[in-house]
Amino acid sequence: MSLINDTVAWLTDSAQWSGGSGIPWRVAQHLGYTTITVLAASVVAVPLGLYVGHTGRWKNTAVLVTGALRALPTLGLITLIVLLTSVGLTPAIIALAVLCIPPLLAGIYSGLEAVDPATVDAARAQGMTETQVITRVELPLALPLIIGGLRSAVLQVIATATVAAFIGVGGLGRYIIDGLAVRDTPRVLGGAIIVVVLALLIDALFAVGQRLAFRHASPADSHPQLKEKTA
Amino acid sequence: MIEFRSVGKQFDDGTRAVSDFNLVVPSHATVVLVGSSGSGKTTLLRSINRMVEPTEGQILIDDVDVATQNPVELRRSIGYVMQHAGLLPHRKVIDNVATVLRLCGIPKKRALDRSAEVLGTVGLDSSLYTKYPSQLSGGQRQRVGVARGLANDPNILLMDEPFGAVDPIVRAELQTEMLRLQRELEKTTVFVTHDIEEAFALGDQVVILKKGGEVAQIGTPQEILADPADDFVRSFVGLERGQRTLRIEEKDGQRIVVDEYGRPAGVLQ
Ligand SMILES: Nc1ncnc2c1ncn2[C@@H]1O[C@H](COP(=O)(O)OP(=O)(O)OP(=O)(O)O)[C@@H](O)[C@H]1O
Ligand SMILES: [Mg+2]
Repeated sequence: MSLINDTVAWLTDSAQWSGGSGIPWRVAQHLGYTTITVLAASVVAVPLGLYVGHTGRWKNTAVLVTGALRALPTLGLITLIVLLTSVGLTPAIIALAVLCIPPLLAGIYSGLEAVDPATVDAARAQGMTETQVITRVELPLALPLIIGGLRSAVLQVIATATVAAFIGVGGLGRYIIDGLAVRDTPRVLGGAIIVVVLALLIDALFAVGQRLAFRHASPADSHPQLKEKTA
Repeated sequence: MIEFRSVGKQFDDGTRAVSDFNLVVPSHATVVLVGSSGSGKTTLLRSINRMVEPTEGQILIDDVDVATQNPVELRRSIGYVMQHAGLLPHRKVIDNVATVLRLCGIPKKRALDRSAEVLGTVGLDSSLYTKYPSQLSGGQRQRVGVARGLANDPNILLMDEPFGAVDPIVRAELQTEMLRLQRELEKTTVFVTHDIEEAFALGDQVVILKKGGEVAQIGTPQEILADPADDFVRSFVGLERGQRTLRIEEKDGQRIVVDEYGRPAGVLQ
């Protein structure tokens, strides 16, 4: 019981809500790392995913490589990259980015692949360039799956970014790593709770985004009342 | 005028679809390619707008080899209608029709006005313009497909089994509509079907294809029925075993025409 009380006390302590090691700043840091990581991963995943999804080439390789990447242990990868380079933010971001490439990439290529080939063929036959086929047909129709991939990528980074704290970067992982080091259990638990709440909030945001994208991709399906009228 | 000169196509996987195909489609005429499944109809049709690149021969439109033209520009200048309409599911009917116009850089307002006009031409109810394709019936979707093919007022219209997936009543309706459009618009049309009745109904010229894109006979429906080139054609157009032969029977002083099963087909005048 006292652990819960202590945790609540830690979370509600006004000292926790300001300054360079306060919760708002740690949350901002955490979200900042997440954003940078996902952007870095996108630099690789977006062009690759579009290429594989649009052309259908290298599909098997993409599946194999993403599968292999998924199997990499986060902690091991971070440690390895730190050993090869140096302690700091960059190796942590690189490691986290490598790990979030698979869900991003898979979302993009499977999204594009799921678009009806007849629709794409018709678009091309109307005289769309390959770029127009991608931007006006494939991407809008694939968007729900792409956002789905982004959703798992972001959530994964939010969760694993806590681990990165052990190589000395900031973010919400600091509470957990530092708390563990000094056996300050309320701090560890408090940090964990914040990460979970943050993840749930972000997940809810993505759920909304995915709904909107789905409505855009299949406008008729989300208006059953319209459908009834014409039937 | 569209001219096929010794056109052949072997796909990358080694499948030979067509060899040494020759045909002239006169301007403003409708030529129907008819043949059973796999006879190379689609391959020939899609060679015209470079959706398929022939491996041999040439295709000329008004004496210009299409191979020398930019495929994207070429496709925008040719109307293309396919079996399952191939409409964009995330765009409204009217925006689907406006697609090519917008690709050609026509301002939105004008593109939409023109799209509404052409949707009217194909006989689609204006209450459907702002629906999405999945909210239409198969027949309505095909009308939209035809409207989209006509939107840019192309000289050439390519149609690949456009009425193949709708029920017989709607098909007959669409065929009648098609005949009216041909009279009004006089597009140079290449129409693909495997239904010989449809070919005879719509074609000024009918090309009957055997496997491998081999031409069994080219002619007007009358010529083909009056003088089938060989047994293949005879069987394909249903002249075998007395099919398609009509007889006159006297009944109560009236002379009525009956088909091969003795079913009344009409009255002789
Ligand atoms: N992309 C392709 N790759 C390999 N072979 C193909 C390809 N497209 C068509 N073929 C082959 O070429 C031949 C002719 O095909 P095509 O689609 O032109 O026939 P079709 O007359 O249109 O038939 P259907 O009435 O079934 O539409 C067939 O044997 C088909 O399997
Ligand atoms: Mg075909």
